[in-house]
Amino acid sequence: MSKIGLEIHCQLTGLHSKLFCPCKADYRGHEPNTNVCPVCMGLPGTLPLLNKEAVRKAIAMASALNCDIPEKIAFFRKNYFYPDLPKNFQITQLNAYGKSSIGSDGTIVSGGKTIHIRRIQIEEDPGRLTYQGATSGSRMTLADYNRAGTPLLEIVTEPDFGNPGEVRAFLNILSDLLENLDISDPGLEGAMRADGNVSVKGGSKVEVKNISSFHQLEKALEYELVRQQSLVKRGISVSQETRHWDEQRKITVSSRSKEEDMDYRYFLEGDIPWVVIDAGTVSEIREKMPEGISERRARYVSKYGITPQVADVLSADKFYSDLFDRSHNMHNAKEIANLITTDIMGIADTREKRLELKLEPEQLGDMADMIIKNRISRSAAKTALYEMIKTGESASDAIRRLDLENMDDASGLEKIIDKIFGAESKAVADAKSNPQTVNYLVGMIMKESRGKADPHAVLDAVKKRLQSTE
Amino acid sequence: MNLGISALEYVRQVGAGQLSAEEFMACTLERIKKHDELGAYISTDESCINMARAVDKKIRTGQKVGACLGMPVSVKDNICIRGAKTTCASRMLQDYVAPYDATAIQRLRKKDAIFVGKTNLDEFAMGFTTEFSSYGPSRNPWNQEYVPGGSSGGSAVAVAANQCIVSLGSDTGGSVRNPASFCGVVGFKPTYGTVSRYGLVSYANSIEQIGPITRTVGDAAFVMNIISGYDPHDNTTLQNDTDYLDGIDAGIEGKKIGIVREMTAGMEEPVAKAMSDAVSTIEELGASCVDMSIDMMQYAVASYYTITSTEAASNLARYDNLRYGFDMPMDGYEFNTYISRARGRFGPEVIRRMILGGLVPSAGHAGRYFLKALKVKARLARQIKRAFETVDLLLTPTVPVMPFKIGSRLDDPVSLFAVDVNTVTANLTGIPAISVPFAHENGLPIGMQIMGRQMHDRQVLQAAYALEQQATLPEMIL
Repeated sequence: MSKIGLEIHCQLTGLHSKLFCPCKADYRGHEPNTNVCPVCMGLPGTLPLLNKEAVRKAIAMASALNCDIPEKIAFFRKNYFYPDLPKNFQITQLNAYGKSSIGSDGTIVSGGKTIHIRRIQIEEDPGRLTYQGATSGSRMTLADYNRAGTPLLEIVTEPDFGNPGEVRAFLNILSDLLENLDISDPGLEGAMRADGNVSVKGGSKVEVKNISSFHQLEKALEYELVRQQSLVKRGISVSQETRHWDEQRKITVSSRSKEEDMDYRYFLEGDIPWVVIDAGTVSEIREKMPEGISERRARYVSKYGITPQVADVLSADKFYSDLFDRSHNMHNAKEIANLITTDIMGIADTREKRLELKLEPEQLGDMADMIIKNRISRSAAKTALYEMIKTGESASDAIRRLDLENMDDASGLEKIIDKIFGAESKAVADAKSNPQTVNYLVGMIMKESRGKADPHAVLDAVKKRLQSTE
Repeated sequence: MNLGISALEYVRQVGAGQLSAEEFMACTLERIKKHDELGAYISTDESCINMARAVDKKIRTGQKVGACLGMPVSVKDNICIRGAKTTCASRMLQDYVAPYDATAIQRLRKKDAIFVGKTNLDEFAMGFTTEFSSYGPSRNPWNQEYVPGGSSGGSAVAVAANQCIVSLGSDTGGSVRNPASFCGVVGFKPTYGTVSRYGLVSYANSIEQIGPITRTVGDAAFVMNIISGYDPHDNTTLQNDTDYLDGIDAGIEGKKIGIVREMTAGMEEPVAKAMSDAVSTIEELGASCVDMSIDMMQYAVASYYTITSTEAASNLARYDNLRYGFDMPMDGYEFNTYISRARGRFGPEVIRRMILGGLVPSAGHAGRYFLKALKVKARLARQIKRAFETVDLLLTPTVPVMPFKIGSRLDDPVSLFAVDVNTVTANLTGIPAISVPFAHENGLPIGMQIMGRQMHDRQVLQAAYALEQQATLPEMIL
């Protein structure tokens, strides 16, 4: 039994200005230290001015994750010295003295599993440090404050994930949500970052930090799980600590810094008065939100009878739920949902491949119709879709060109069965007592028909033939 | 030339063409130089003469001129003026030039005020004597062996010694009112949120305000009319378009004035006498005085130091010399070492409060100190609110003790802390409070403090005005 929790930071790239000053929220592509002003440089006498739009975006995200949203929110100072922090404190939120973060106690269904959201808070990003030369023994550190003050949402989950695969599924849902709600463009470098905490049965919680991408996060979590499991197996206890992911060596390394012992001396940021979140604002934001994932999911299940598992996957993905909505009718909706989630998502599994997708919604509809009419088998459909995605040709053209249409004459099937029964006489003899071997024969026949035969028809035919030869 | 006129009188005379702004400015600059032994100023701006000349020309040619008509204004050196050094009397910022104007400065500038110089203060406004300045102490112009009070000591000295007409100070726990009391001038701390803090270098940002130090109550109202009001650069400012001068002479007849027991205990003899005279005067003016107790006030000073040191430690954390500050090469340092080296330039009082501010909100101590201080603050605010259900105003001596000699209390920080027992309450609760000169003893002034309900700043000014008319101070010999 292993448990993984996440701490995700995502930048509100959909905003024009930073969290507390008019500098651009999009700091990318500027000369170092040019996207700054007296406020985000923390010059003496300056005061933070809250970007109200950031609060609205945060309300949208908290709503989408079904969080409790308090009647008023406050900001706190997290005090620590670091050269990337112009004020040597970070303005963030805290739930220590009553609930004052923008969201808490949320839930979202991911991969059929309910993931609990502990809290969401609004905070500012620090600047960026660049080390000249090697990381260890670097002789110079350069500080760029262009990013300092960029609005961030920190999303903290409960340790509800059992493995890195579940983490990936959740992060996909989260990225889609952020994109959907025009909160963040997760594709931008550094726009979404995640740390994890990992524990296995019989061990303490270990935080894993310094992770550059979701891909690296998965690797780091996998490594950390294996490390902890092998310690436990050998009877060595897993101690509570913070470890850093070393991307080059692909291992986690115990962090010597005393991060766990840091005392941030949190207290209320007096320069930003409490912000009242009136119910009217919340419902207005909710109404303006595009159809939420959970509503969409509910619609898929109740209206089209799509299974909850398939509806989960489809509704969480903005790109593919759009494709679904543009291609289906009442009759073929369920089949299209299956095609998207079991075949197409596997073929176009990266951002780049999605962007190159040439599949027309009507053609996807046609394909589903042909499956329903039994003109093509599911496995043949996958082959055809693979071509359609790459070339953009129509369903009927692809089927014709690849000769994928189902065999509708029984005599063709009988010929193939003759051939396989002849070549596999030992298996035929076995099959009379062993059902496993029946499946083997069906598989051989399907293969011989290049997937065009209807597997149910083949099974029936094989059973009949076996009985008749008894 | 009489440099001791009020701002309202200056405006009348210059506006009527009876007084030249340039001449007045020239004499003011001369006066500053002549009495630089007072240590009122950290820096002055010689180009003031040209600006005053331009104002005269505008008046002569009938152009529009702002309400200040080239009046010489001094500014505490923790308020930013674009292009001017803003040192906070600290070696940490000895070379720091502000790149922008504070909102209060911008508003005064628009009205053709001229900033004659930056005045001395306790380093980062932490202190009540102006002895904790890296530029040396300011001296009380009534007797130069004595402290002028603080932390806006330079401002109060400059106003009292005719080295400017009005000054801007900042009041975190009495820093405007205390030196006003010791120097025989008026010091006003407005309701929290009335004057923008943008450009005021933060010490304890949740309770401090910029406030005017002036010769008369009317002048304080005049300055308030210019500097107060909502500011988009400060989220804590309030919408407010009060005319503070309107009805300033309304009197206090029929008003109920509370005399708080906790604020009249421990007065030195001359202060106690002044207080009882003030009560008689007020009653002669037709107001009635009632005794009352606000028991949370006994914890106000402790709460004040706990909260201010916590905020100070955080507000002053940015002074790591990485982005601005003084010349100290970074080569060869690991950043933690560099930062602590650089911060070694803070003076002893600042270091004392930052150490305190590191402890009181820290894990394991917050419950005993910081959180308790917040509780006191909240309860005090409730008690004050309740008190103002029965009385209109509160009257106290501004400082329970007489001005003391420079250096006499330096080694005893706790006895210094007791000086502000009557002033911190207005900051902790956000209410308006003013110190008005009322009596004198041995040639040293004694000020009375009047406090009012939140956003009732006008009533406070009206009462102070009434009291001011009954007080006479001797001529200062300088």
